[in-house]
Amino acid sequence: MEFGVTVTSHGRWEVLAVTGEIDMATAPRFRKRLYEVIGTGVQDVVIDLCGVDFIDSTGLGVLMGGAKRVRSGGGDIRLVMAGSRLAELIELTRLDRVVDVYDSVSAATGDSGS
Amino acid sequence: MTSEPTRFDFEIPARPEYLSLVRSLVVEAAEKNATVRRERIEDFKVAVSEAATNAIEAHARACRDDSIRIRCTLTDDRLEFHITDRGFGFYPDQIQVLPEPDDPSRLNFERGLGIYLMRVLSDDVDIQSGPDGTEVSLSIHLSSDKSN
Repeated sequence: MEFGVTVTSHGRWEVLAVTGEIDMATAPRFRKRLYEVIGTGVQDVVIDLCGVDFIDSTGLGVLMGGAKRVRSGGGDIRLVMAGSRLAELIELTRLDRVVDVYDSVSAATGDSGS
Repeated sequence: MTSEPTRFDFEIPARPEYLSLVRSLVVEAAEKNATVRRERIEDFKVAVSEAATNAIEAHARACRDDSIRIRCTLTDDRLEFHITDRGFGFYPDQIQVLPEPDDPSRLNFERGLGIYLMRVLSDDVDIQSGPDGTEVSLSIHLSSDKSN
């Protein structure tokens, strides 16, 4: 799947849905889009990684940098992932200890749909 | 009876857009062995991609535009990748240790995970580095899968 980032609003949350592979080649575009969203004054961000086929340390670094920026602005950042491989990588690098991880966007934004 | 090792030698331009090609090589090579689990291939793909990323960064720092060398060796019980760059080298023992996960300063470290991932996602890692470049050797055992 081609790399891409789509931004939508869900209540107080801005949701960045990322697709494709996040590595040294695509991480700069991901970082730029994420920081653009944070730079608009948005406080609460969800990053939906369900469409991500691959992520490496560069991509994980972007997530950490984004988390730091959001937190320093008093906001909240949450990750969404459905794939077990991605979740294992997040656990391996202990990123799940510093950022909350959910299995769906609705769960992350608190919109259960009911 | 064991068969002869199969070796593949590649050179890739030291540019990030070729990382996906390196990952494809890992998958293609690993799938030659019918016993290796998909999860192991995915793990090893990350490890090799990290090594190739470091090699590309090393060439960028050294302002070199020549290729990164990659050798793949496949035997009955082992898959190896050797990634060689001609950068300035580094001292792997001096890699910064990340803060504990509950430490708020953990988020200050956007970099430094690559070698850690190589080490935990491969069975064997060897890094030889000097002023003329670095060779990273990564391997997984195909017959004694340690990540059950």
